[in-house]
Amino acid sequence: MYSYAGKILRVNLTTGEIKTEPLTEEVAKQYIGGIGLGIKLLMDNSVPGADAYDPSNPLIYLTGPLSGTMGPTGGNSYAVVSKSPATGGIGNAESHGFFGPDFKRAGYDAIIITGKAPKLSYLWVDDDKVQIMNAEHMKNFTVNHTDHAIREELGDFYIRVSAIGEAGEKLCRFAAIINDEFRAIGRSGMGGVMGSKNLKAVAVRGTHDVNVANKPGFIEFVKLIHERMKGPSTKKYKTLGTPENVLVLNSLSALATRNWTNATFEGANKVSGEWLNEHYVKKIVGCATCGMRCDHIAVVPEGPYKGSTSRLEFECLWSMGPLCGVDRLDAIIEAMRITNEYGMDGISIGVVVAFAMDLYEHGIITKEQTDGIDLKFGNAEAMIAMIHKIGKREGWLGSALAEGVAKAAEIIGGDAYKYACHIKGLELPGYDLRTLKTAALGFSVSFRGACHLRNGAYSPDVKGKVNRFKIEAGRGKMITDESHMYNIIDSLIVCKFSRGTYYDGWKDLTNYYTLATGIPITVEEMTADGDRIENLARLFNIREGKGTRKYDDVPYKIKNFPVPDEGPAKGVCVNDAEMAVGLDDYYASRGWTKEGIPTIERLQKLGLDKYAYIAEKALKETPPVQASAPATVGGA
Amino acid sequence: MVRPQDRKFVTADPEKCIGCCVCEYACSMVNEDTFNPTKSRIRAMRLGPLTNLAVTCRHCEDPACVSACPRDALSQEEDSGIIRVDENLCNGCGWCIAACQFGAMNMHPERKVVFTCNSCTDKAKGEPQCVKWCPEEALTFVTADALAQKSRQKAVRNLFQTADSEAKAK
Repeated sequence: MYSYAGKILRVNLTTGEIKTEPLTEEVAKQYIGGIGLGIKLLMDNSVPGADAYDPSNPLIYLTGPLSGTMGPTGGNSYAVVSKSPATGGIGNAESHGFFGPDFKRAGYDAIIITGKAPKLSYLWVDDDKVQIMNAEHMKNFTVNHTDHAIREELGDFYIRVSAIGEAGEKLCRFAAIINDEFRAIGRSGMGGVMGSKNLKAVAVRGTHDVNVANKPGFIEFVKLIHERMKGPSTKKYKTLGTPENVLVLNSLSALATRNWTNATFEGANKVSGEWLNEHYVKKIVGCATCGMRCDHIAVVPEGPYKGSTSRLEFECLWSMGPLCGVDRLDAIIEAMRITNEYGMDGISIGVVVAFAMDLYEHGIITKEQTDGIDLKFGNAEAMIAMIHKIGKREGWLGSALAEGVAKAAEIIGGDAYKYACHIKGLELPGYDLRTLKTAALGFSVSFRGACHLRNGAYSPDVKGKVNRFKIEAGRGKMITDESHMYNIIDSLIVCKFSRGTYYDGWKDLTNYYTLATGIPITVEEMTADGDRIENLARLFNIREGKGTRKYDDVPYKIKNFPVPDEGPAKGVCVNDAEMAVGLDDYYASRGWTKEGIPTIERLQKLGLDKYAYIAEKALKETPPVQASAPATVGGA
Repeated sequence: MVRPQDRKFVTADPEKCIGCCVCEYACSMVNEDTFNPTKSRIRAMRLGPLTNLAVTCRHCEDPACVSACPRDALSQEEDSGIIRVDENLCNGCGWCIAACQFGAMNMHPERKVVFTCNSCTDKAKGEPQCVKWCPEEALTFVTADALAQKSRQKAVRNLFQTADSEAKAK
């Protein structure tokens, strides 16, 4: 088995026990690596029903089969999988940069971390030597400070660190784990799980060779991808970057503004990718082994936030910009910088602040409860002040909001839930689901909660391939097929920005995999892997009581607050009838029951017999869903 | 005989280099037949997102590394300026590492001997592999004189651009 390390490291922080075990070729081929392998290891190593912050919940670090090779994007990646404190289901996120390759060179496909350290600690993986180190003196350090402190204290500049900030230590439910300053294991609260284990960071140094099965073939393939990366498929990422989306979505009435009050933003031009690049972007850099470069490093040249420097992508720009009604890029760059320092998910933080602004505007929370912050939409200083309070968990509101919108709404009470925009507990990313309805369906069925990267369902809507104001039969299959591809992308852990460079799609990915690992795999086998991973994730969510039809829904605001803006989208929102049609269609395309439970036959076909008991139990316990009424098309 | 000022070495343009390390992987593959940046003869340095540079041997005249070696394990090839390491003589004492101002001398992670850039001349003709692979075209294989010309051209161009815009402003 080439390019895999063939080894899994187990660390118990309670007992200090450290051991390794082999990774078999059979498991490698069925789950690839990354999140696929992570979900399998989570299922097999977790206690059913245990809380995400229980010491038994394993925090699993993973490399992909390509990590450590010269493969662009695949070479520089790692992933983290655990039970999410935000959703209570699968938590997963991937990150690139420089950490992943050293982790693989140290000799591991995965690290399963369980238990809770008696005091704040960090894990030091120095090739075969693994130690649990004291981190008490790093309490409340920012992510970047932690990174520097560890490299300084261990005396090697090239040590790579993946760490949490103050938010993770304080169990924020959307805390991130960050490596290389601004590369984040961002979504689903993995940083909170790390904090609950008293684990400040994982530091790695790897000096072992990583060898691929077919060297000349692999190098030729890498050359080809480098060439394609110079071409049209990556142009967006190399020029304006993802902030290009601001004006595109605004023109489609799909730029969620002021916590999904509006679908267009009057200040869009001032926070556009065009404006950002002209006035703030100083350099575009990239990750290890990648010939593409996409990291737009923005620097504030003047004003109150002069010198503030941060990488900025669309989602975070949107969440701390239009979604909060903020049209000042200098403030958005500063907000992004401090979000990274506290170690929080840059999507969730904006949605959380926008939620609080919405409540403030509606009189559900008062100025007394905000500790005097005038939390009106558009108040950039107030947004930044609130982010500081959430990062530190300061005050009643800061602490409530650190729980994420779903739990904060319960704490605040009253009508607050109507303004909490999340799916399964995870805050919505940057697309207005009222006007992008394939996305509404796709996001609702994603196993990690509201997510645009589990099946890319926004894409057919934005590209105009379907009627985006409607959910109809056929969307289910579209989402199903794409979800398999996205699962494989996150298991090989290639960057989603590179997906356009695989001109031959599945064929390129199977070829890439075999050249590296030497394990032959067909397109059918790899697609089945994607399907298997999706089903196993679903089974995990079902086992944890979060996986059936009633959890596949869109937020209250998306269903009850029609778009007020003039234009083609005026009056649109998502209704229950069309969601029902969509879910029926999606479940049918997956071979699941109307209750959203995988059938035993389907599981057997995917070789998941071992876990069929979860579906059997759920089938018995879940009340049957009646046939859904024909959809009445929502608006426009 | 090649004059010392005509020796070529690999240099990175600080404005273009993004610290992506592709050079390290290309180098280790060509020279060590594996993917392993710790065995690369060129190392990328990222001090911050805006501060990146790949660094390797500059084939200096009267190289400090050669003078520092107490065992005469290092020698400089006259034509190319490449520093050759006699692995039978080198015992990995590291004096050459301390002597090099560029950090271009490296300790091998497996054998206790030093190694540095060989311009890939013994494996491939023409440009070194890191230069061929650099996706940003930040690396060049140049003589000191060519490098100076490039810098002069840039400086003069910048000066006149400034003058132009000043003229326009008036």
